[in-house]
Amino acid sequence: MSTPASPQIPDAEGALVALAERMRAAVAHDAAFVGIYSGGAWLAERLAAMIPGDHPVGYIDVSYYRDDYAKSGLKGGAKRTELPFDVEGATIVLVDDVLYTGRSVRAAVNELFDFGRPDRIELAVLVDRGGRELPVQADYVGARLVVARELSVVLSKDPGGTLSLAVEPLAGN
Amino acid sequence: MRNPQLNANGELTHLLTLEGLPADVIRQILDTAEPFASIAEREVKKVPLLRGKAVFNLFFENSTRTRTTFEIAAKRLSADVINLNIGASSTSKGETLLDTVDNLVAMNADMFVVRHSQSGAPHLIAAHLNAHKRTHVHVVNAGDGRHAHPTQGLLDLYTIRHYKREFHGLTVAIVGDVLHSRVARSLIHGLTTLGTPEVRVIGPRTLLPTRVEALGVRVFSDMREGLAGCDVVVMLRLQSERMKGALLPSAGEYFKHYGLTQDKLAAARPDVIVMHPGPMNRGVEIDSAVADGERSVILPQVTFGIAVRMAVMSIIAGN
Repeated sequence: MSTPASPQIPDAEGALVALAERMRAAVAHDAAFVGIYSGGAWLAERLAAMIPGDHPVGYIDVSYYRDDYAKSGLKGGAKRTELPFDVEGATIVLVDDVLYTGRSVRAAVNELFDFGRPDRIELAVLVDRGGRELPVQADYVGARLVVARELSVVLSKDPGGTLSLAVEPLAGN
Repeated sequence: MRNPQLNANGELTHLLTLEGLPADVIRQILDTAEPFASIAEREVKKVPLLRGKAVFNLFFENSTRTRTTFEIAAKRLSADVINLNIGASSTSKGETLLDTVDNLVAMNADMFVVRHSQSGAPHLIAAHLNAHKRTHVHVVNAGDGRHAHPTQGLLDLYTIRHYKREFHGLTVAIVGDVLHSRVARSLIHGLTTLGTPEVRVIGPRTLLPTRVEALGVRVFSDMREGLAGCDVVVMLRLQSERMKGALLPSAGEYFKHYGLTQDKLAAARPDVIVMHPGPMNRGVEIDSAVADGERSVILPQVTFGIAVRMAVMSIIAGN
């Protein structure tokens, strides 16, 4: 589905190794990894296995905290947010596949605070594609990529668990 | 004519009845309810989906329990809830239903949760709003006359799916006063739409609608025969006013034949679940040993009811 105009798409597994490398030295040994569904959830699990320390893994679905509900409504398929650790006082690394406008991260941070007051929240992303609409930046980035607004960057996982990135026309437009 | 519950894109904008509602819309509601069930476990027991929306509970007929669960559901979605006890105000001054609605729309209502003793009242309000292009205002039927109680039907479906996973192999019995029960009607429509192979109604002929078979159910007047092999038993509330008329001899007589006891329940499957929409008449339609027994899921039904009502409100308000 990649279009001729699309730039060089980074290899997802390679970007994951680079991301883990950057996190290894800096992340607290007991930091919880919280993945934003669905791509971020896969990455949080992989990172917890790659980075030394004791990292509880949680999952967050930001559907109820999104800022486009009034415009787009509630689309099906929301998943249960699961945070199997005490958010109060925790160090949390929020994990997402693609950082773009920053709106999902805003929603995720809001949602985390409804579970308690974390000591610290950091952000790790596989791909930073620029285009921010909010004052949000990542602490750890696997790869950077510049793509046109009408394209979306999609992470997928094959049955064997291997991750891959693709650039696709924006769904619904 | 288009189904008045759906917008031009086939999305749910009012919830009036489960009759004629497509299976994928019902499944969407049940799927949406699932993650809402866990919100009560959070430090902050709400999500901001309906922040700034005004939900009006319009109860023309009393029901503390249903009104409370709608109120909790709306508040967990961060909506502002306004409870109107209409019976005691406007109508007694002669205002019509639609004038009341128009006044509340002028106060910027976003959603009406309507309970009315007249069948069709929520439908009338929804049609009125649609006709006046007030498509941003949504209606949920919280029980109208003998017609429908769709959120109760949905929470019953949610409960059955929670314990039995799917509907395809199930035998479900609905027991008691089906004639006067909007709960039974909504549940029957939901069960058949989702492909339940056998839905039974059990009760004295005087409390079953004539031609109830047309709804796609099997009819039994003997309790043990009807309960044989059932996966799910739904007991209906026997309203005390039924005993005053000629429909039934006495509560004791009713209990003897149709009251659910451990003994009668033994005819069902060993893993049967027992449901009741509440409020229960212990010793009339259900024995305490069953109501409080290990097969009873009556209290989980109440908890699931909040999640299901959150799902309904958040879906229609977004469409």
